[in-house]
Amino acid sequence: MARIEAEVGKPQGGFMKWIDDRFPFTETMKYHATEYYASKNFNVWYVFGVLAFVVLFMQLFTGIFLTMNYKPAAAEAFASVEYIMRDVEWGWLIRYLHSTGASFFFIVVYLHMFRAMLYGSYRKPRELIWIIGMLIFLVLMAEAFAGYLLPWGQMSYWGAQVIISLFGAIPWVGDALVEIIRGDYSISDVTLNRFFALHVIALPLALIGLVFVHIVALHEVGSNNPDGIEIKKNKGADGVPLDGIAFHPYHTSKDLVAIIIFLMIFTSVVFFAPDMGGYFLEHANFEPANLTATPEHIAPVWYFTPFYAILRAVPDKLWGFILFGLSVMLPLFLPWLDRSRVKSIRYRGWIYKSALSIFVVTFLVLGWLGTMPAEPMYVLAARIFAVIYFAFFILMPYYTVIDKTKPVPERVVYHG
Amino acid sequence: MVKFNQMASLLVVSACFASAPGFASGGGAEMEHANIDPDNINSLQRGAANFMNYCSGCHSAQYVRYKTIGNDLDLSDQMLIDNLMFNAEKTFETIQASMPADDAARWYGTAPPDLSLMARAKGVDHVYNFLKGFYIDSDSPTGVDNLQLPGTSMPHVLWELQGYQAAHFTDHANEDGSVTTTFDGFEQLTPGSMDSEDYDNFVRDTTNFLAYIAEPIRSDRRKLGVWVLMFLTFFLILSRMLKKQIWKDVK
Repeated sequence: MARIEAEVGKPQGGFMKWIDDRFPFTETMKYHATEYYASKNFNVWYVFGVLAFVVLFMQLFTGIFLTMNYKPAAAEAFASVEYIMRDVEWGWLIRYLHSTGASFFFIVVYLHMFRAMLYGSYRKPRELIWIIGMLIFLVLMAEAFAGYLLPWGQMSYWGAQVIISLFGAIPWVGDALVEIIRGDYSISDVTLNRFFALHVIALPLALIGLVFVHIVALHEVGSNNPDGIEIKKNKGADGVPLDGIAFHPYHTSKDLVAIIIFLMIFTSVVFFAPDMGGYFLEHANFEPANLTATPEHIAPVWYFTPFYAILRAVPDKLWGFILFGLSVMLPLFLPWLDRSRVKSIRYRGWIYKSALSIFVVTFLVLGWLGTMPAEPMYVLAARIFAVIYFAFFILMPYYTVIDKTKPVPERVVYHG
Repeated sequence: MVKFNQMASLLVVSACFASAPGFASGGGAEMEHANIDPDNINSLQRGAANFMNYCSGCHSAQYVRYKTIGNDLDLSDQMLIDNLMFNAEKTFETIQASMPADDAARWYGTAPPDLSLMARAKGVDHVYNFLKGFYIDSDSPTGVDNLQLPGTSMPHVLWELQGYQAAHFTDHANEDGSVTTTFDGFEQLTPGSMDSEDYDNFVRDTTNFLAYIAEPIRSDRRKLGVWVLMFLTFFLILSRMLKKQIWKDVK
């Protein structure tokens, strides 16, 4: 460790000194990488943050090349996507990377959020990291929704039609709001144009800005760990946390392995099952948008379906919209809903373990129900699971307090 | 505790890859599997000929270039020009229908859809069963209806090959007074120039070609995917060694 610090830490000759006198390069590298200490006992749940970063980079990179060939006009959009798929050199690969990347973005972000719920990463002093993270999730949903309209297929069109019309349920301003979003009285060329602007400029900028702030906030307080122990409480004589190791080269070399394993799974989908049986690329979206023919079954892409199931479970349009919004926003309050004495699930009692297990099953079942047609059986099931979904959050202040916890050790558990 | 984490991760990951949503099927009858072989170049070549002879009069495949078909199906420019290009001059042109779309819309009530992506939008089994599903229906303006796509405005273009068949249905009265209709089977009324096995193969080749034009890159991407995974496996071994080396002093 000392050897590496010596190489990176000191300005090497005149050039680095010249830079460092004008820009805090070495200082920044130290602060965020070579002298940023995170617990040495990170397990597999701790790779999804870095993977989300990798996917974000990939989406930005492939997005640039798609933009070079895509035409954001109702008359040309569908054909331009097929042009990319068939006539642009490597266009098919760029497009599949981008479309698969969208789904994988949500997979890694959901797992990243679940990690926080496993180990109490949202608890004090990391509330703000969690709130910024939830904002990232909201912007990501908007980004994915805007992007899904762009191929201008049947599901792009009708999915957007259904979701945008939801805003009409808001009293007084609903209709005006829907018109502002669409820029027209129905989804049209105008809507496509503004969604393109949001998808390639406004929302990615917001996303990059929020991710930057997310990481700055994280590096200010330091990373949590699977034991939920503050490693800064046990520092050595040199001021370095005893259980911490430098982000670079230790965690980076570990993350590299994770990134390659992730890429193997990711490219397996890209090259062998890019439509993932209709989940990643919906079949109906291979038909161009047809304003006169509604598809027999409209379902949003899988990553929206848990919330969509809750929306459909409510008979009233306004309350459906409110509960839909609430189901997305409720995790934001986790830092204050969770009143347990411990952070990590390792030292919690059976009540929280059961509650979290039931919550995971509920989320997955709601996701499945959201892909199914709104038949009475499915709607009934969605109502039951929606109640469980909300109960998990609303009852949390009670069951986390009465849950018996185990004593938390002084130092993190690490077996080498 | 490790066990709980492992179980949770297994649950989450497996749920992400659970069974996929199927294609919407019309008609209500069980679909036969198309059993196409995308790697069979001869089948695809026959399918291309079938498509140009029987489909392209009315249906376009406006995203598909003749040149692409030639490259992928081992057909020279001259073979394309002699055998497949009935209304095109240059091999880089796309497949356009001979029948003007406006006239077609007037004659049939709806313009014949473009077939570039039909197999991907509806599924190969749908296409296969649709082409086999025409039966005599005296109430229909075209004289036929289709089991797979009831109410279709497409006439039975392949009648010379398949002949005409009748479909038999049975009505079952339910307790609540509604009626459920089940499909019992087809009955061959007039013979076509092909026996049923030959016709199945004809339709299979055509379906195979439609699946190919829906995603011409499919076979290339699968071949490339194997190389990508081999490269990543090699890279994984290297990165694993690097990680071990760097972590060896972490106690």
